[in-house]
Amino acid sequence: MLECLWLIPALPFAGFLVLSLAGRRLSHRAIALVGAGSIGLSAAVAGMVALGFIAAPPRGHAFTQTLWIWLDTAQFRPAVAFYLDPLSLVMILVVTFVGFLIHLYSTEFMIREEGYSRFFAYMNLFIGFMLTLVLADNFLLLYMGWEGVGLCSYLLIGFWYEEPQNGYAARKAFIVTRFGDTAMAVGLFLIFTHLGTLQIQDTMLRARELWPAGSTLPTVAALLLLGGAVGKSAQLPLQTWLPDAMAGPSPVSALIHAATMVTAGVYLIARNHVLFSLAPAVLTLVAVVGAVTLLLAGFSALTQHDIKRVLAYSTISQIGYMFLALGVGAWSAAIFHFMIHAFFKALLFLGAGAIILALDYEHNMFKMGGLRRQLPVTFWTFLIASGALSAVPLVTAGFYSKDLIIWQAYASTRGGMWLWAAGIAGALLTSMYTFRMVILTFFGPPGMEVSRRPGWRMTLPMAVLAVLSLTAGFLDVPRSLGGIPVLSNFLKRALPAAISAGVRVGREGLFEAISGTVSLVGILLIYLFIRRIPRFTEKLVHSGAGAFLHRLWFAGWGFDLLYDRIVVHPYVWLARINRNDVIDRFYRWIAWINRLASCGLSRTQTGRIRSYALGITLGAVIILGLVVFL
Amino acid sequence: MTSTPLAQVLMLAGLLFSLGLVGVLVRRNIMFMLLSIEIMLNAAGLAFVAAGSRWGSPDGQVMFLFIITMAAAEVSVGLALVIQLYHRLKTLDTDAARTLRG
Repeated sequence: MLECLWLIPALPFAGFLVLSLAGRRLSHRAIALVGAGSIGLSAAVAGMVALGFIAAPPRGHAFTQTLWIWLDTAQFRPAVAFYLDPLSLVMILVVTFVGFLIHLYSTEFMIREEGYSRFFAYMNLFIGFMLTLVLADNFLLLYMGWEGVGLCSYLLIGFWYEEPQNGYAARKAFIVTRFGDTAMAVGLFLIFTHLGTLQIQDTMLRARELWPAGSTLPTVAALLLLGGAVGKSAQLPLQTWLPDAMAGPSPVSALIHAATMVTAGVYLIARNHVLFSLAPAVLTLVAVVGAVTLLLAGFSALTQHDIKRVLAYSTISQIGYMFLALGVGAWSAAIFHFMIHAFFKALLFLGAGAIILALDYEHNMFKMGGLRRQLPVTFWTFLIASGALSAVPLVTAGFYSKDLIIWQAYASTRGGMWLWAAGIAGALLTSMYTFRMVILTFFGPPGMEVSRRPGWRMTLPMAVLAVLSLTAGFLDVPRSLGGIPVLSNFLKRALPAAISAGVRVGREGLFEAISGTVSLVGILLIYLFIRRIPRFTEKLVHSGAGAFLHRLWFAGWGFDLLYDRIVVHPYVWLARINRNDVIDRFYRWIAWINRLASCGLSRTQTGRIRSYALGITLGAVIILGLVVFL
Repeated sequence: MTSTPLAQVLMLAGLLFSLGLVGVLVRRNIMFMLLSIEIMLNAAGLAFVAAGSRWGSPDGQVMFLFIITMAAAEVSVGLALVIQLYHRLKTLDTDAARTLRG
C-alpha cells in the first residue's frame, strides 16, 4: 500500500502536463475532469496510504521511498525520495483533500473565465509542488518544492494579468517571499557545509550529536531557516505580500491560505524541530514573532472593507497562532491548528468567493448586507466557518485547536503569562473581526441584488468543509474535557509532546473556560458596536486618536510604506543613478574602438582599381625594403 | 658565344617591370592596364631565365613556362571582365567602375 506513495505528487504533475500541453484542445468538461480528477485521485491514494500506514505502521513509524538518485557526486548524493511519517501524512491528507474540494469548487467558479485550462494547470502544479515539499526526504527536494510553490503563487495571483495591479501583487508576493527564500538557501548551505548532508533525518541526528544546545551554529542555522519560514508563512516582518495576494481568484486564495504555501513555513519549523530545539533563543523568537503577528494582523483585520482582505489578515493572524505553538514547543498543537485552519479558512474563502460571484465581483462589505435569505447555504456554511475561526466553545473545531495553543502558551515550560495574554487578546480580536464580517455581509438591510446562485459543485465542497469545521476538532479533545487526544498521540511518533511545567497543569479547565468566554465576549462586543451603539462607534472611528489608529490599522500598520521607503525607493534611486552601468562602460569602450577601426578601414575601399594597385605596390616596396635593409 | 652579363639583363628586367607598373598605375583604360601587366609578367620571366642561365639550372625556364601558362589564363579572365565592363558601363575607363566603394 505504501509503495503507491510516489503517485500522490505524480498525479497532480501529470494533470499539469496534460492540461498545459493539450489544454487548448480540450472541452471545458474534459479540463474539469482532468484538473479536479487528478487531485481527487491523489487524495484517494493519500487516503489509502494513510489507511495502510495506520493499519500496519512501518518500522520506526517512518517510510522512505527512493525513486532515483538526483545528482551523483563524491560527497553529495541527493535522491528524489519521499519520506512518510505521521507529520507528512497529516500534511498530504489535508493538502490533497482540501485541494480536491477547492478544485471541485473551481470547476464551477471559473467556468466563465478565459484560460480555464491554464487555471487548472497552475492549480495542479501548485498542489504537486506542495506535496513534493512536504514529502521531500532531503532539503534539496524540499527547496525545489518550496520554490515551485512560490512560482505557482506568482502565476495564480497574477492570473487575471490584464490588470496591471494584479501583476504588481504577483510580483510583490514573489519578491517578498524571495527575501526569506534567500535566507533559507544560505541556511541550507550552512547545514550542508557543517553537517555534510542534506538528508533531513540524518541532518537532525548529526545536529544533535555535533552541536551543543544553544551554541552559535544551530542558532544561526535555525535563524536562517526561520527567515524562509516567515517569508512563506507571511509572518512579521515579511507579511506584507499576503493581503495583496487577494488579487487572484478566490479559489486561489483558498488554496494559498488553507492547503498550500503559507503553511509551508509551519511545516518547515515542525520538520526541523530538533534543530530548533537546539536553539532555544530562536524558538523564543518564533513564539514572539507569532504572538506579535497575530495581534498586529488581528487589529488590521478589524478595519478592512474588502471581505477578502479581512480573511487575508485573519490568515496571517492564525498562522501567528501556529508559530506561537511552535515557539513554545507544542509541535502537534501547531499541526492540529494547521489542519483545522485549512478546513475553515478554505470554507471562508469559498464562501467569500460565492458571495463575490453572486454580487458581480463586489468586494466591499459595506455595500453588502442581508444576504442571509438570498444565499442560505453560503450563509450557514460561512457562519459555521466563522464560528470555528472565532473558536466558539465546544461545538466548533477551531475551539479545540486554538484552545490547545493558548493553553500550551501558558502551560509549557517555554511559555508564559505574556504569550498566553497575547493569545487571549488575539482570540478576542479574532471573534470581533470575524463577526463584524458576518454581520456586515449577511445581516441588516439588503445591500445589493444577487445575480447568480452557486450550483452543486460549489455548495458541495462548502458543505463538506462545514461538517469538518464542526467535527474535526474531536480528533484531539483534551483529557480535561473527557476526550482522547488521538491526533497528538499519532503525531507523537514524529513530533515530541510539549513539556508542561508541572505546577500549571491542574488549571487547564479554568483556562479553557476563560478562552471560551473571551470568544463569546468578542462576538457580543462587535454586535454591540455595530448594531446597538453605531453612533458611538462612528464617533470613535472619527475622533483624533481613533481616526489615526483606524488609518494605521487599515494600512496594515504602515509596513508597506516603511518598506517602500527603506527598500524600494533606495533601490529605484540606485538603479536610476546607475543607469549607465559602470561595468558596461568598459565594454562600450571596446565596441567604440571596433567601430572606429571599421570606419577607418572602410574609408580605404574607394572602388578605384588603380588605388588598390598602388596600395599593393607600396606594400610590396615596404616589405621588400624591410627584408633588404633589416 | 659571349654571354650577356647578368647585371645588365636584370637591369633590363627591372626597367621593363617599372614601365609596366607605372603603366598599371597611371593608365585608366583597362586594355592598357592589361598590356602593362603582361609587360610586368614578361619582365619577371626574363629575370627568371637570366638567373637560370647564370646558375646553369633549368628551374628558370620551368618557371617561365609556368608564367606563360598563368598569363594565358589571366588574359582570358581579364578579357572576359573587359567585355563585361564594356557591356555594363559602355566605357573602358576603370575609374567609372567605382560602385564597390566602402
